[in-house]
Amino acid sequence: MPPGFSGDGGGNGLSRKDFQSDQDVRWCPGCGDYAILSTVQRVLPELGVDKENVVFISGIGCSGRFPYYMDTYGMHSIHGRAPAFATGLKVSNPALDVWIVTGDGDALSIGGNHLIHALRRNIDTQILLFNNKIYGLTKGQYSPTSELGKVTKSTPYGSVDAPFNPVAVALGADASFVGRTMDRDPKHMKALMKAAHAHAGASFLEIYQNCNIFNDGAFFEFTERDTKSERALFVEDGQPLTYANGTKGLRLDGLSLEAIDLESDRWSVSDCLVYDTSDRQMAHLLGRIFWEDDLPRPFGVLYQEARPTYGDLVHQQLEAVTEKKGAGTLHDLLHSGDTWTID
Amino acid sequence: MSAPDTAAPTSIPEATVLFAGDSGDGMQLTGSQFTLASAYAHNDLATLPDYPAEIRAPAGTTYGVSGFQLHFGAVDIHTPGDKVDLLIAMNAAALKVHKHRVRTGGTIAVNTDAFADRDLDLADLDSNPLTDGSLADYEVIEIPLTTLTRDALADTSLSKKQVDRSKNMFALGLALWMYSRPVAPAEDWIRQKFADQPAIRDANLHVLRKGTHYGETIEAIGHRYTVDAAAMKPGTYRAIRGAQALALGLVAAGDQSGLDVFYGSYPITPASDILHEISKHKNFGVITFQAEDEIAAVGSAVGASFSGNLGVCATSGPGVALKTETIGLAVMTELPLVVINMQRGGPSTGLPTKPEQGDLLQALYGRNGEAPLPVIAPTSPGDCFYAAYEAARIATKYMTPVMLLADGYLGNGSEAWRIPSIDDLPPFDVRFETGPTDRTMHKDDDGNDQFLPYVRHEDTLARVWARPGTPKLEHRIGGLEKEARTGNVSYDAENHQRMVETRAAKVERVAQDYPPTAVHGATEGELLVLGWGSTKGAIEEAVERVNESGRRVGRVQLRHVFPLPRDLEEILDRFETILVPELNNGQLIRLLRDTYLRDFQPLNKIQGRPFRAEEIVAAIENHLG
Repeated sequence: MPPGFSGDGGGNGLSRKDFQSDQDVRWCPGCGDYAILSTVQRVLPELGVDKENVVFISGIGCSGRFPYYMDTYGMHSIHGRAPAFATGLKVSNPALDVWIVTGDGDALSIGGNHLIHALRRNIDTQILLFNNKIYGLTKGQYSPTSELGKVTKSTPYGSVDAPFNPVAVALGADASFVGRTMDRDPKHMKALMKAAHAHAGASFLEIYQNCNIFNDGAFFEFTERDTKSERALFVEDGQPLTYANGTKGLRLDGLSLEAIDLESDRWSVSDCLVYDTSDRQMAHLLGRIFWEDDLPRPFGVLYQEARPTYGDLVHQQLEAVTEKKGAGTLHDLLHSGDTWTID
Repeated sequence: MSAPDTAAPTSIPEATVLFAGDSGDGMQLTGSQFTLASAYAHNDLATLPDYPAEIRAPAGTTYGVSGFQLHFGAVDIHTPGDKVDLLIAMNAAALKVHKHRVRTGGTIAVNTDAFADRDLDLADLDSNPLTDGSLADYEVIEIPLTTLTRDALADTSLSKKQVDRSKNMFALGLALWMYSRPVAPAEDWIRQKFADQPAIRDANLHVLRKGTHYGETIEAIGHRYTVDAAAMKPGTYRAIRGAQALALGLVAAGDQSGLDVFYGSYPITPASDILHEISKHKNFGVITFQAEDEIAAVGSAVGASFSGNLGVCATSGPGVALKTETIGLAVMTELPLVVINMQRGGPSTGLPTKPEQGDLLQALYGRNGEAPLPVIAPTSPGDCFYAAYEAARIATKYMTPVMLLADGYLGNGSEAWRIPSIDDLPPFDVRFETGPTDRTMHKDDDGNDQFLPYVRHEDTLARVWARPGTPKLEHRIGGLEKEARTGNVSYDAENHQRMVETRAAKVERVAQDYPPTAVHGATEGELLVLGWGSTKGAIEEAVERVNESGRRVGRVQLRHVFPLPRDLEEILDRFETILVPELNNGQLIRLLRDTYLRDFQPLNKIQGRPFRAEEIVAAIENHLG
């Protein structure tokens, strides 16, 4: 279990209330964002982080308002560009605990470029992607995660855009931590946020979030009681991939995943693939479950690897150069190269 | 038996030399070494490289020609020179491209080995200029440069290619001899550069000396010159290019303010040279970040400023276009930011390697909403150092993005720069909030103590700057309109007007720090030449020339383009005509007409080239009648 995963329930004697700003929360009643905000405010006291070191950076959209509701440092930046601001901030002051809050349009459409580069560089931040498969703040256009054929105000005859699978995008961009959770399971969400926070590097966490105004029920098959167990699979490192209360599982058939019935005589839990979060190939297999309806959607930490963060490498280089050349003095710098003196 | 000394040197006050050849001929290096020799001869100087946008254009073609121009003298040198006294053309294409820049009666030294039929074809020449009479107005020195270099190195083990590569040293040696320059600096440089390759080192030294000997022995060269030391202010000097000076100015700003410099940048010509320079100086704690695009570059810089560092980014016009939205955010969040625009010919990709002053209106007005910011324009390569330092100082003192408008002419050009004493740099103190004070705290709606990030300093109207990591000063900023003190989101009508006016008033306050505007030449009278930024050298030379002929013309060069200096109007009142030369289609002149409600006379050049002094002289004389 990574450090901080369990939490100590107290941190620095802070409580949820210490992280609530005095600003009225202005999301629509019933929005999934409330659950995410509340979970973040409950998690932070358990992380043992000094409040003044916490910074939330957001882009534009409904998720963009997030920093205003947190009584921490924060910046509501530019559409899609939060990773860029966070990069400059984190690299400038590595002591800060930087969270990026973004949405499906913000992160994957206008900000797609910055997201992939923050991931490949491994900027030590937590990236919370609120995916509701719709543009909310601009009042209901299809988004880059909306399904093909989606009928919206901007696509009255159905969308002809193939959707992104955010987890596959993150894995493709060599993210060092990739997880997925849902707004309707605060306990799981909290555990995933803690895991993301404990990871040194760019932690990408996709959160299925219900927009009850423009895309109500987009994820209900995964989040609601009557279908959740059949359609959602919660992966655990070192555990076999089972779901439907242990009655079903996933096994490897060649290079493909196959759903198997564990109640039949043919299969047992020992046939199920044992998940290894450090196995990139396994993560790719599971991460690609998106276009296949016959397989359950995986949730949890899908991939995690330890590798140097960009900020660490930057500062190691600064130190190495300074050690080699000595701390710079301005006088010597200005007089470097060929000089001549006129008396 | 030694050759007779046919060339008794003539003393001249100044000269302009242009080395031109193929991109692979090493002309930039040759020019730099000639510059160094002139510096050691204590001449004042200015240089301008002129190289193609293509990295390796086909050899021998006109678009592959690379040039390096140097103006040096015993007198004050303001520009890299209007007209060339000596052109060294390494091939037919170089001669074709640069011939028109040589003054009538000037000298053209050509490498006759590069005028075969194929060379003429590549240069798209119908006839051989060496024989068709087209060089009748010049003094031509024909030198079989390639053959002589090969002969000189006949005994070495070097390959033909290596031998031919050293022919630029022959040209350098000859040019040094013609202007009685010291040879030792170039020799020292060769010894250092090729310390690990003794064969190449010795070959270059040998060819360099052969070049000087050639000047002594060949009778074809009728003239040899000396240029005395200039009467320069005592001090230690170095040749500095504008891009280098900008980088050093930023390092100096970090050093003197105690702020770590964060330089976010995306490669673009001609701004990349600043990145190349500043990334060498990591032992000053400078962080350089090569971003994924222009938007990320400026975003990272704003993020760095939010952290309490000095966020800087540099680009050219197209890059500024992409950064526009983020610069607006820096206006709204009132965070310091330095944006350097190495202007180039536009619009769009335009003329990537050619200078233009076409982005002034973009700097002033190129953002959505009411988003004024200070604009500073350095006036010479060396001034780039001070401009970068000052831009950083204004940005942090007034909590505002600052646009610095340089261009490729300043960035690539160099001059003899008197190195400042560190003690003479303006003081650079930064005010951070370190904890709660009565002035910056209030009780929020829930009765809790809350920091007020938009409380302002009375002298500057700058808001307070609190770094994340400072206990009890947690606050949120962003692009939505801010309530005047709390910084909370506010859509209140009156608050918005007040905030727009406050941000504008803050930027206007920047002018309170300017020194009095200097008027050179006549301080009143018939005509004032009012320029801005990089045109200073040409205007200075032009006004001096006109005044030498008995006229009384004044000149002012604006470094601070926005806000305009408070004493400028009173200066304008003292002149009948005001001539505004710009390397654009008339941009400063719009600001001037708008601000002062009077007329100004434009002089516009939009050719991707700097002004020549004679063009400004002609315009002045035209107006004086």
